[in-house]
Amino acid sequence: MKDQLYNYLLMLGDNSMILGHRLSELCGHGPALETDIALTNISLDLFGQVRGFFRYAAEVKGGEATEDSIAFLRYDREHYNCILVEQANVDFAHVIARQFFFDVFQELQLKQLVESKDEEIAAIAVKSLKETKYHLRFSSEWMKRLGDGTEESHERLQAAVDTLYPFTGEFFHETPLEKEMKENGIGVDLELIKTAFDETVSQIFVEATIKMPESKQRMVKGKYGIHSEQLGFILSDFQYMQRAYPNMEW
Amino acid sequence: MVSAQIHIASKEILTALESVSDPEIPVLTVMDLGVVRRVEVVDGLVEVDLTPTYSGCPAMDTMAADITTALNKIGYEVKMKLVMSPAWTTDWISQEGRRKLEEYGVAAPMSEELDLQALMGGKRIVKCTHCQSVNTKMISQFGSTACKALFQCEDCLEPFDYFKCLK
Repeated sequence: MKDQLYNYLLMLGDNSMILGHRLSELCGHGPALETDIALTNISLDLFGQVRGFFRYAAEVKGGEATEDSIAFLRYDREHYNCILVEQANVDFAHVIARQFFFDVFQELQLKQLVESKDEEIAAIAVKSLKETKYHLRFSSEWMKRLGDGTEESHERLQAAVDTLYPFTGEFFHETPLEKEMKENGIGVDLELIKTAFDETVSQIFVEATIKMPESKQRMVKGKYGIHSEQLGFILSDFQYMQRAYPNMEW
Repeated sequence: MVSAQIHIASKEILTALESVSDPEIPVLTVMDLGVVRRVEVVDGLVEVDLTPTYSGCPAMDTMAADITTALNKIGYEVKMKLVMSPAWTTDWISQEGRRKLEEYGVAAPMSEELDLQALMGGKRIVKCTHCQSVNTKMISQFGSTACKALFQCEDCLEPFDYFKCLK
């Protein structure tokens, strides 16, 4: 049970960590100063969530594990994030679409985790949920502004949605680990989340004048540790300091 | 509802804690912010429970280190614990803290309902900290730090920060 809980905590933290890193890449490159600051602030919140999950994971694992060793010293196959969050920034429309899909999912997931039988997970969820609501407001607003904006912003957002939407199916694929966590009252019911996710996404698509993509959901296995080539580049950047100078501190 | 007020028996410890400020909003002490949740002295060791404002707030580590230093100075060893529950809310900022915020140029958080109207509904209700006009508009939902939004006054044209309501 201890191992399962540990792996589940990694799964919960990895989405926020990898997306947080993707957003941090935009520091100083946002399309406008305000959006630049907003995206890096969201990145910071995501890393805050990661610290909550990994601090607890280190406690569960015991021994030498720390939140830092968990964050910086795992290999790619030991990461359980969904493939969506590792997708490249490409342009602002991709950044917003990726963020929007994640925020909708994450808000629903955290709402359920607030009720988790595991008190520590519930506490982290209460805290993170407050922040995620702000993120979702931000990304939904931008979905509408870009989708219902100029011809170019509309086209770009539609293209981003067409590319990224097929990755969202992975959120709702229940792994054996998630099934076990659900049955123990620790994890979430992904089926319930999917219904609410579809509803919110279609509603925002309508307001943003974005068409629901016809393409099928991709078969992806990020939750099993099998990733796109993107993750390797992310990790080589993210882990560089700890790998090159082991145990260094800020 | 969890109260913002906590009881600290020792005047000396309270004074030391009141000397520690938030590095990002230096006019506020950790006591004004309401992030110190429990202080107890056990055999000369002070146990301090600290709760983060925003979970990723980089100021938290500094505040924890500064609290330890301040208490070490008056001869106490410190055992610091980061507590996540109950989660911090802007309601825990003291009246004195809200006054200091406004003076410093950061509009204090409004009620949850008014906050939503200002941030999402575009309502002009946040008071400019320079000229007190409410003819203000939001420039960005995220300001210089995650806890603030950026506003601009349309009367005096000056920008200012608004401390967002977090509940």
